[in-house]
Amino acid sequence: MSDSDEFRQQTRAWLEENCPASMRRPIRSDKDQCWGGRNWVFESEDQRLWLERMAERGWTAPQWPAEYGGGGLTREQAKILQQEMARILARRPLESFGIDMLGPALFKFASEEQKKRFIPEIIRGEIRWCQGYSEPNAGSDLASLQTRADDKGDHYLVNGSKVWTSYADKSDWIFCLVRTNFEAPKHQGISFLLFDMASPGVSTNPVRLISGNSPFCETVFENVKVPKENLVGELNKGWDIAKYLLTHEREMIGGFGLSRAGSETLGQTALAALGEAQGQLAANGLRSDISDFEIDEMAFALTIERVVDEAKAGHGTGAASSVLKLYGTELNKARNELLMSIGGSGALAWGSEGKMSMAQNWLRSKGNSIEGGSSEIQLNIIAKRILGLPG
Amino acid sequence: MGAEKMALVLNDEQQMLRDSAKSFIQQSSPVSALRELRDRGEEWSADLWAGMAEMGWTGITIPEEYDGLEFGHVGAGLIFEECGRTLASSPLLSTSLVCASLINALGSDEQKRSLLPRIAGGELILTLALSESDHLDPAATAMTADADADGFVLAGEKRHVIDGNIANRLLVLARTGGVPGDRDGLSLFIVDRDSAPLGIDTTLNADNRLTATISFESLRVGRDALLGDAGAAWQQLERALDIGAVFSAAELLGLAQEAFERTLGYLKERKQFGVLIGSFQGLQHRAAQLFCELELCKSAVLKALQVIDKDGPERSLLASLAKAKMAKTAKLAVNEAVQMHGGIGMTDEFDIGFYMKRAAAACQEYGDYYYHADRFAKLRGY
Repeated sequence: MSDSDEFRQQTRAWLEENCPASMRRPIRSDKDQCWGGRNWVFESEDQRLWLERMAERGWTAPQWPAEYGGGGLTREQAKILQQEMARILARRPLESFGIDMLGPALFKFASEEQKKRFIPEIIRGEIRWCQGYSEPNAGSDLASLQTRADDKGDHYLVNGSKVWTSYADKSDWIFCLVRTNFEAPKHQGISFLLFDMASPGVSTNPVRLISGNSPFCETVFENVKVPKENLVGELNKGWDIAKYLLTHEREMIGGFGLSRAGSETLGQTALAALGEAQGQLAANGLRSDISDFEIDEMAFALTIERVVDEAKAGHGTGAASSVLKLYGTELNKARNELLMSIGGSGALAWGSEGKMSMAQNWLRSKGNSIEGGSSEIQLNIIAKRILGLPG
Repeated sequence: MGAEKMALVLNDEQQMLRDSAKSFIQQSSPVSALRELRDRGEEWSADLWAGMAEMGWTGITIPEEYDGLEFGHVGAGLIFEECGRTLASSPLLSTSLVCASLINALGSDEQKRSLLPRIAGGELILTLALSESDHLDPAATAMTADADADGFVLAGEKRHVIDGNIANRLLVLARTGGVPGDRDGLSLFIVDRDSAPLGIDTTLNADNRLTATISFESLRVGRDALLGDAGAAWQQLERALDIGAVFSAAELLGLAQEAFERTLGYLKERKQFGVLIGSFQGLQHRAAQLFCELELCKSAVLKALQVIDKDGPERSLLASLAKAKMAKTAKLAVNEAVQMHGGIGMTDEFDIGFYMKRAAAACQEYGDYYYHADRFAKLRGY
């Protein structure tokens, strides 16, 4: 038996024993997704146990080094773990910006002391992180941000405001871009700070979206004191970290373009809703649009596979994240448009607390091509960095 | 797709094949060769065909026991990509992929021994005589093959036969049973075009290639002309058409990439209003969008080629995926190419128009976007 077969068997057995039955059911409401953190109220004892057991093995962050509490798995093993979890429909034990976004940046840019301090609690789901990037006047032009951090000897004093801070009202800490030099060109005066959202002077205000819910906040900082040791990387070199992190964010958002494993295809949904005539879907125009969409969806899934395989083989382009972000989010919008058409008048119903309806998901999807760098920004990046077009 | 998953990357051997294919094609058949052929009133070059045979391409997927290279379809796809880049015209797809695969799958030992080594050696050109209308619809075949004591009598007309003007042998699809619309009852016959009395009309198409309309007026063929069992051609025909679709997509991938790269080059050299036109966001975004579409095409084509090699269960789905995605994107690529080149793109003197013409023809070969998008939907159960 090969090593990977053995790992698969052991993983399967462990999951069978340790993943509670209720954690193998599809996610139905927001509370079903565990975000952890100081204020998290577990929906059930099973949810708490599942997080605890997975975190103990470091399997909330399977490929992170074991010395910081990560799973220490190879890419191959992590894939097997993912496959085995998908096989029993196991939920992800922890949703986390700490894992998906901040962690990779800490590994690359943070001091050893910072890594030892912050990474283990991310893996255990003890601290929930939010991202302080966009500002009221710095959206697509992120580098023009104005939130300032003034050097006060033993600490920085932070003043300003952020918008689109996802779940700021529920988060414990923030990783935040601040301006530390107002004289330098805009990209060269930015620093990357970490601080506690419970610090005096931090206030958050959820913003209600067209979809009816409020995952994003406006976050205001008034004379917030941040210890100097919370600066990540070099002073005024924060833009490098920001760019690195945005690449990860793009890849994550780009994944929205894929239908969830095991979920029904758009064609199947349409068949169930609209029925058959003469051996095919009873709505001809819709059928053409759905096949056109599914062709792109499948080619996109193959492209993600190819990008991963190329990276493994050592000839990745590195610029792929913009392509994936752009295409994935546009696909997700197209999927939601088609779902609305398939549902017809029945898809217009508004949902109830904690449970988004089709119409609300459709509205929410419109943000996919705005957040994390809009589609237009991705097109700019592709045109300039990949295609080498001037200007 | 089996448990053993093939990585979506080329191995070293395939990379080397691509490099040698590129240098051979760019030397022996650059776009200027197409222009020269056209200006001389010719459609193909026997010299190029001989060169391809010397490179071994004519036997690229034919088994070694029949003197082929048995290299595999992923490698063969790279050759077609390179041919697509320079619009090289040859009967390679009909002869060495589509017909060779049918003979290898359905032929008797005798048929294989007499045909495959000669195909591999570049001595014989073959083509599939399939369509009877302007749109691909193999099950609609109406041409009849009536059995009698000595063999069969073929009656009907085949249209848009690619390379029909130069092929030495035709693989003719005809009905030994059933009615048009049935998949059962279809049979394939090997017809020696050089000796059979056939009515052949040729049409010169926009891409400077000829297709033929071939009339069979009660043509008598022997029993040994039948390829495989009577009435049972469908399964292997479908596979051969999948191969045709995927390699046509591979050709279009090369064509579309080349058209895109030439356009990109133009955006970086052409100045208007005192600046390079490539600095205009209106053009940048369209170029970037097209780049993304081409990235998806590369993945779809590579996967489809791999699945032909493995003969996986999703072969037909992935073949239709590759051809549909590629046909749509190739059209976008050549339309954008001409538009972004502006007035010069409309001139015959400039090469980009050749790309638009060849793309239109290659999109039709082995099924167009609509054919494959519809088939994709059927295979996905709606």
